[in-house]
Amino acid sequence: MKMKSILTVMAIVFALAAQAQSADEIIEKYFENTGGKAKWEAVQGLKYTAKVKIQTMELPMTMIQLKDGRQTSSVSVQGMEFRQEVFDGNTLWGTNQMTMKPEKSDAEATANYKVNLGGDFPSPFLDYKKKGFKVELLGKETVDGSETFKIKLTKKPIKVDGKETENVEFHYFDTENFVPLIVENELKSGPGKGTVMQNKLSDYQDVNGLLFPFSLTVGAKGQPGGQNLVFSAVELNPKVEASAFAFPEGK
Amino acid sequence: MKKSIVLLFILPSLASFAQDAVTKGKELFGDLHARHIGPALMSGRITDLELHPTNDRVVYAATAGGGVWKSNNGGATFNAIFDEYCQSIGSIALDPTNPDNVAWVGTGETWTRNSVSVGDGLYKTIDGGTNWKKMGFEKSERIAGIQVNPKNGNEVYVAVLGALWSDSDERGVFKTTDGGATWNKILFVNNTTGCSDIFVDPNDPNLVYAAFWEVRRSAWNFNSGGVNSALYKSTDAGKTWNKIHKGFPGGKLGRLAIAAAPSNTNILYAVIESEQDKDKGLYRSDDGGANWKQLNNDFGIVVRPFYFSRITIDPRNPDVIVKAGLSGSISRDGGKTFKDLGPMHSDIHDIVFDIKNSDRMYSGTDGGVYRSWDGGTTFEMAENIPVSQFYHVSVDNEEPYNVYGGLQDNNSWYGPSSSPGGVEARDWKKVGVGDGYRVLPHPTKKLIYSEMQGAENVWRFDPEKDQAKAIQPLAAKGDPKLRFNWNAPMATSAIKPDRFYMGSQFVHRSEDMGETWVKISPDLTTNDKLKTEQGNSGGLSRDNSGAENYCTIFTIAESPLDENIVWAGTDDGNLQLTKDGGKTWVNTTPNIIGLPKNTACWHIEASTFGKGTAYAVFTGYQKGDMNAYTYKTTDFGATWKSIISNDIVGFVRNIQEDYENENLLFLGTEFGLYITIDGGKSWLKFTNNMPSVSVHFIDLHKKTNDLVLGTHGRGIIIIDDISPIRQLNEQTLNKDLHFFTSRPATIPESNGFGSTATETQFVGENASRAAKIVYYLKKRHTIGKMTVEIQDQAGNKIIDLDAKKSKGVNVLEWNYRTKPPKIAAAKTMSFGGFTSPRVPAGTYKVVIQKGKETYTNDLVIQYDPKSTIPLADRKQNEEVTKKLFNMTQELAYMVYEVDETLKAAEDLKAKNPGAAKTVTPLINDLTKLKETLVITKGDNYVGMGEPQLREDLAELYAKVAGTVFKASKAETDNLEGIDSRFVTAKADFKKIKEKHLAKFSEVRSKNKLEPIIIKSFDEFLQTP
Repeated sequence: MKMKSILTVMAIVFALAAQAQSADEIIEKYFENTGGKAKWEAVQGLKYTAKVKIQTMELPMTMIQLKDGRQTSSVSVQGMEFRQEVFDGNTLWGTNQMTMKPEKSDAEATANYKVNLGGDFPSPFLDYKKKGFKVELLGKETVDGSETFKIKLTKKPIKVDGKETENVEFHYFDTENFVPLIVENELKSGPGKGTVMQNKLSDYQDVNGLLFPFSLTVGAKGQPGGQNLVFSAVELNPKVEASAFAFPEGK
Repeated sequence: MKKSIVLLFILPSLASFAQDAVTKGKELFGDLHARHIGPALMSGRITDLELHPTNDRVVYAATAGGGVWKSNNGGATFNAIFDEYCQSIGSIALDPTNPDNVAWVGTGETWTRNSVSVGDGLYKTIDGGTNWKKMGFEKSERIAGIQVNPKNGNEVYVAVLGALWSDSDERGVFKTTDGGATWNKILFVNNTTGCSDIFVDPNDPNLVYAAFWEVRRSAWNFNSGGVNSALYKSTDAGKTWNKIHKGFPGGKLGRLAIAAAPSNTNILYAVIESEQDKDKGLYRSDDGGANWKQLNNDFGIVVRPFYFSRITIDPRNPDVIVKAGLSGSISRDGGKTFKDLGPMHSDIHDIVFDIKNSDRMYSGTDGGVYRSWDGGTTFEMAENIPVSQFYHVSVDNEEPYNVYGGLQDNNSWYGPSSSPGGVEARDWKKVGVGDGYRVLPHPTKKLIYSEMQGAENVWRFDPEKDQAKAIQPLAAKGDPKLRFNWNAPMATSAIKPDRFYMGSQFVHRSEDMGETWVKISPDLTTNDKLKTEQGNSGGLSRDNSGAENYCTIFTIAESPLDENIVWAGTDDGNLQLTKDGGKTWVNTTPNIIGLPKNTACWHIEASTFGKGTAYAVFTGYQKGDMNAYTYKTTDFGATWKSIISNDIVGFVRNIQEDYENENLLFLGTEFGLYITIDGGKSWLKFTNNMPSVSVHFIDLHKKTNDLVLGTHGRGIIIIDDISPIRQLNEQTLNKDLHFFTSRPATIPESNGFGSTATETQFVGENASRAAKIVYYLKKRHTIGKMTVEIQDQAGNKIIDLDAKKSKGVNVLEWNYRTKPPKIAAAKTMSFGGFTSPRVPAGTYKVVIQKGKETYTNDLVIQYDPKSTIPLADRKQNEEVTKKLFNMTQELAYMVYEVDETLKAAEDLKAKNPGAAKTVTPLINDLTKLKETLVITKGDNYVGMGEPQLREDLAELYAKVAGTVFKASKAETDNLEGIDSRFVTAKADFKKIKEKHLAKFSEVRSKNKLEPIIIKSFDEFLQTP
């Protein structure tokens, strides 16, 4: 019994040590270090101007996201505009690259988008409890050579090919600056199913008192390559018409 | 029964040293990463299969040395989900109460062949395999089964077979009732007998069956069976146990397997290894184990119990039974008769029936996962599980170089280190049959030496003629029986290309590629007669495969500096040296302080830094000694110094020295790759895309500096160009940013058509042929801007690259290309316009801007020195490319001007319909012109309009810029035609402007419209 009680005490000590830096504290610190929660909460919309790099090509891109979940992105290729992941409050749609005409996303993708509507805006961690999300600190892990806190974020479940599936992301917060360095998720569908995708974030810069990553590289974990987005501007609360998101009926 | 013993495991229990080695490795190696080239065409040994109880798309496959793989698509493709942990898996189980999230993995294979790896405990995931936590059992070595109470996920039984090579007390049946936080050892027999199979009745989880197996393996003997092997049953959830042997054969028992029919769990089947052949085989009980009756002892049922004791019952029919085996057997009459399963790779270890449809089955073999759709008659292979188990690896000097090696139960092979589109199944060529071991290319000729188990055959193979000649040394008159290891050593000479060595108990040397052999040594082993009785190996089932041949030479190395210096290491612990080409030998093992007696000498690396310098790897795992032993001598073995630090976890199998930096060494261990940059004072674990897999052999390619690993479970893994690690030292590590010196980058000239693999086949990653900018960052770049730019010598920007920002070594790649031309806007895409021109050879500047600091370095780019393309041709290509590039941009500008004018005209027309008289002719003329310049209707696929000037121009541009060849006569003639069309178009545009613009401007100004603003050409090019 004696041995057992010593171990119990040790277990409590370990548990307390782990609690010393809880997921919530890390998230708090992240908001504190990037401008403050109040400021983040006041953001109603964001407009990003960026360049997508594909090999040596640089394609201009703009992206608008609103607090209510509406969003649009547009990439310009040889003077033509390709719309991707556009949501007008009802319909998720994009441009077909063959016909250049708008097409609606499949019902499951749209339903999945709506399940977590606006949940990522401006950060999935802002009021995450209200959104029905869960967070858990899994411990420390070294990524990109740097020590980070690994936080598991569970959003509302989505459907994958007809089956309900857990919707999980892993966010690696730098232990020095408390900003995410990498966001990781697993592809649930399509040819890359099962592949872990990484979004690497860097070049954090100030925008009207809020800190945004200005560089984002998306790629498969452990594999070379990936696609880089470099932001040249981030605009807070842009003026935008509802028509910017609308699915062009009848085209 | 023994009283329960309470065991508590403290989590996490990994030594802090080991964690440091992983973390420090991650901090230093940054984004240097390993690439996997498979092969997967023969896959590797699968040890256990597990299906999701309700989702028929989810299949888990556990492997002998390649970790755990999960399929989310009904077995069409699999992904590795256990890379960071021990890769030898005994058992996997899902929690039936939460199968989407909770799974348990017991490490340490229990199909205990001679080459079996070891495990390091039990793991649990609570998120479907994304993260795993060690749940204890560090010393269990092998876990044979895991059963989760289907009514209570916190109650779990673990069957620990335990140590194979030694006594141990961490074996038997363990139980947790709190999800694994604490464990009770609820059934223990003795230190040589472990639990080999366990089953909990899902209808009544109080009923638990456990098979116990008395077993011991040594390097020279295998002994299955004893008086302690038994089948136990508990009816009170493991509190008390009773043997259930009524109807069993008497005497000693060997390995037993147990299964219950899911549709009626009173029906049990057991497969029994016993003393008498007539008693062996399949037994059935219809009363929950109270009484047993023998049904069958066909070959397929009794074959090699240690390898095949697994029974599966159709979940919907208690009379359909499948038994693992050489071919696998199926009975449809309750076990009375069996037939072989349909053809697939031999050596079947586990079979499962689909949860809904018994026609659909999965089988785990020595050669991967197979699927059947017709109840086991036809099998097809899952083609993307690269878990091949190499024993050895070597490389040649081709470009790209080939990789050679032999595989457990899967022949000998060679394949390219890179191949168009990636390294795929069809790239691999077979160069030997049986179990494959060492494969060596002849140092200068296109010939290959290969062998099968125990050197039963050694071949010299000519791949061009497809001819194999058997060349193994044979006992001559007066010779004793030659004792070759199962994995017999061979070696070539760096000095005499036709020289070839083989080792039995003697060192055999041939000067003519194996035609004639001379024994150049006496018996170099301990020649212990008690350990050379392999004919009696096996225990209750004779197993004389040759796998236990002992007192043999295991490794031979000739010094690359002196052909008379030869090292030979034996599996019984001798490390012998000759300095006179074999006339005299001296055993240097007694000079090694701290090495336990008879520890096997696993590898010798004769150094390139000194004749007397060598590294020796010893392993004692076959005696149950899991410590790491690696030594260095600089005085011909007179003294040896250990180069192992506390950082190393697991025993060592191989070492490779760098050819330039004597302090840089690579260590292949049972649990992965370690690297030292200080001569072995401290070691870092390399984990970037490098699983914790057993590394059996390492080679370092002299020309490319690629580190090539022959892993026993994940195929061939390569770390391209380790030369940056060579340059790491105190000084570089203290700089904020340090550029590593690289050799000139060569512009690749191949531009073929890629691979032929289908969607579900594994394709190995190629070496990148991009120019590499390699730098060290003291800290990960996170805050503020960081950019990388390539400039020409005059400082003109050529291209922006995406900066790499990891702490440690960063490898940034550039594909030698500048930006593509700005192309005219049109109704459709011009695919030719996506081509970027290549830069010419020369010295470029790399400029990194990080915050306020600027760092610069030179980057030398060269044409392929081996290319047959004359410089003049390249220059012509570059000139034609340039001309076409410029024309493309000029045309883009012209179309822009036309569009702006058209827009203004339409604008005016809309605002003042009265102006139509003036602007309509202008609009008509411009529209007519534009229709000849670009496509103005259609889509990007088959609805595309007829190509116009832009499309013809871009297509020609892409053809020329896409290759390195001189533009052909057809191309230059075509260019002439396009050029002339462009000249005409320009003239037409000029005419239109002269004819209409003055009037147009006048009318616009009358209508109070601003003059049209046309950007300059340069401004236009700058517009995104």
